[in-house]
Amino acid sequence: MVVMKMKFPFEKRVKLAQGLWLLSWVATMAGAVTFTLGCVLKTELRRRAEVMDNTEIHVVPNTLMIVGVASLGINYFAGRICQDALDAGRFPRWKNFLKPYFAVSCFFTVLMLLSVIMSYAMKGNLESSLKIGLKNGIRFYKDTDTPGRCFQKQTMDRLQMQFQCCGNTDYTDWFEVQWISNRYLDFSCKDVKDRIKSNVDGRYLVDGVPFSCCNPSSPRPCIQYQLTNNSAHYNYEHQTEELNIFVVGCREALVSYYMGLMNTIGVGVLSVFLIQASVLVSLRYLQTAMEAVAGQENTEIETEGYLLEKGVKETIMEYLDPVFKFLMLNKVEEGEATDS
Amino acid sequence: MAVGKVTFTKAERDKLAQVLWLLNWISVVTGVILFSLGLFLKVEIQKRREVMSDQDILYVPHMLITTGLVACCINFLGGKICYDSVDTTKFLRWKLVILPYIVCTFFFTFCVLVGALTCYSIRNQLEESLFLGLRNAMRYYKDTDMAGRCFLKRSMDLLQIQFQCCGNGGYRDWFHIQWISNRYLDMTSSTVVDRLRSNVKGKYLMDGVPFSCCSTFSPRPCIQLQVTNNSAHFNYNHQTEQLNLWRRGCHQALLDHYTGIMQSIGLIVLVIWLFELLVLTGVRYLQTAMENVLLLGDPDSESDGWILENSLAETARSNFNIIKNLGKCYQVDDDPNINIPTATEREVPSRQVQIPVAS
Repeated sequence: MVVMKMKFPFEKRVKLAQGLWLLSWVATMAGAVTFTLGCVLKTELRRRAEVMDNTEIHVVPNTLMIVGVASLGINYFAGRICQDALDAGRFPRWKNFLKPYFAVSCFFTVLMLLSVIMSYAMKGNLESSLKIGLKNGIRFYKDTDTPGRCFQKQTMDRLQMQFQCCGNTDYTDWFEVQWISNRYLDFSCKDVKDRIKSNVDGRYLVDGVPFSCCNPSSPRPCIQYQLTNNSAHYNYEHQTEELNIFVVGCREALVSYYMGLMNTIGVGVLSVFLIQASVLVSLRYLQTAMEAVAGQENTEIETEGYLLEKGVKETIMEYLDPVFKFLMLNKVEEGEATDS
Repeated sequence: MAVGKVTFTKAERDKLAQVLWLLNWISVVTGVILFSLGLFLKVEIQKRREVMSDQDILYVPHMLITTGLVACCINFLGGKICYDSVDTTKFLRWKLVILPYIVCTFFFTFCVLVGALTCYSIRNQLEESLFLGLRNAMRYYKDTDMAGRCFLKRSMDLLQIQFQCCGNGGYRDWFHIQWISNRYLDMTSSTVVDRLRSNVKGKYLMDGVPFSCCSTFSPRPCIQLQVTNNSAHFNYNHQTEQLNLWRRGCHQALLDHYTGIMQSIGLIVLVIWLFELLVLTGVRYLQTAMENVLLLGDPDSESDGWILENSLAETARSNFNIIKNLGKCYQVDDDPNINIPTATEREVPSRQVQIPVAS
């Protein structure tokens, strides 16, 4: 049972070949664009690598780059094939090449679609990676004298100022961590000693945040210490004060930034996917239509083109048989049959 | 004696026309580049208009924008002329236009040069404008409740964060102005009242700076209040502490930023000017060669091309005479040396011409 049969008179075949040649060039450029988008996404992810715990999310830009490079090759061959298609003498040399070519092309085209789906599916992964990374960033904020952690303060400050966020979930995360190093605490002072004694772990905790949490849009000079103490500042009420420091948490800010970026890239990649799929479908029709012409005296007769010779299931089994044979599954079954 | 005379064969003339056609199209692209440079500069200046006291320096990007647009048109026309110059019959169409075109383009290249030179000379005006603009921005920093000034705090904070600078000349400028609004000062507190009384003008001055002056490179949490009081903070010496606040003044930072941009733009415009001059020279040679071919009558013959037909002095003299005579048309003549025929003068007898009459 043939899938999606179509009749192709000579003029239609010629038009199909010409249109396909043009489309393959468009698809080549689209493949280059996909590669560039993958590079852009990877660069953006690497910029904030210090506040990410793992690099699992990098599978999305890596896939995009691989697919971009592969589609350059796929479309180059598509262009060559359709150039030879109308010449009955030159077309038969592609005969053996086409079956594996279609298998590989379909695989990479499906991979393109998968990468878009992955970018949405890995949101949870990104969020948990950022949660751990930001928690460490806040914890090691004060360790500017420890090698390996000395840049955490600068990273956190820059991040909070650029993304206009404060803390991990929100600004209260800074209250639970000692972010002022002991080197700058006067241990002879009574206030300092009391505060350290009142804490179970002996940490100096304050209801204050670093200066990078301050919001420039606030009408009053920034209040960063004694945030929850209304009486410490004139005309101040921390429950109603919205503009003093940034209220958004950095995890939320970063996740929405990256999701926005991946949405934009996803739209582009989906359109590239449609172009690529139409190239493959047109090439398949051209191939089957030209195969029917082979061996005929009159090359200008009307022929039929189709997508699949047999049904979908049978075609899949036909492609997977060599794979099974390679895995020697058939041999094991033969062995069992002789035993019984 | 012609200036820069070169002999062209037919093949050389055709090649010159083709090369010039290509160069003119490249010049259209450089015109677009000039336009976009002007646009970029305008956007950069507009971004920081709140810290500039006057917007007069906008004439530089405006000049670049107009020059770019005019360059596109001129070179597009030049391309058309060169394209038609291969065929002598088509060249006749442009015969009357081409000399005024060359003169206009010559004066236009002056504009491009002036545009390039202003980019380098703008520094003084910019310095003054930035100084006054920043002083006002700092003075009105606290006025977030007044219309027209309510965004100055935000602009100043974002400027200091982005350019990593503090104050006008340095962070001490903040000590001389009141940057905390009276709305947030507790007038019942004795410390506040004392500080206000101790100042002649009744301003609340302190040795503190806004949070945006804090440096991200500092290893310790930012010290922004009581900056000059060593005993107020543990293990702190404000004379040796370099990393706590930004050391550079915003005046210097912005000046460097804009001077850098303008110098790069000026360099690119100079290169474009040289290119335009080259194209103009080529078009002049093509014009003179084509006109000489037309004078000779044979389109395949060799012809001479030059920059000026006579030497520079003679050309200047003849042009000056033309301008003088143009002016004479509208003048009432009282010069006694000029011979104006009047009715009292003896008429010059006309020559008798004998016409043989055929009989």
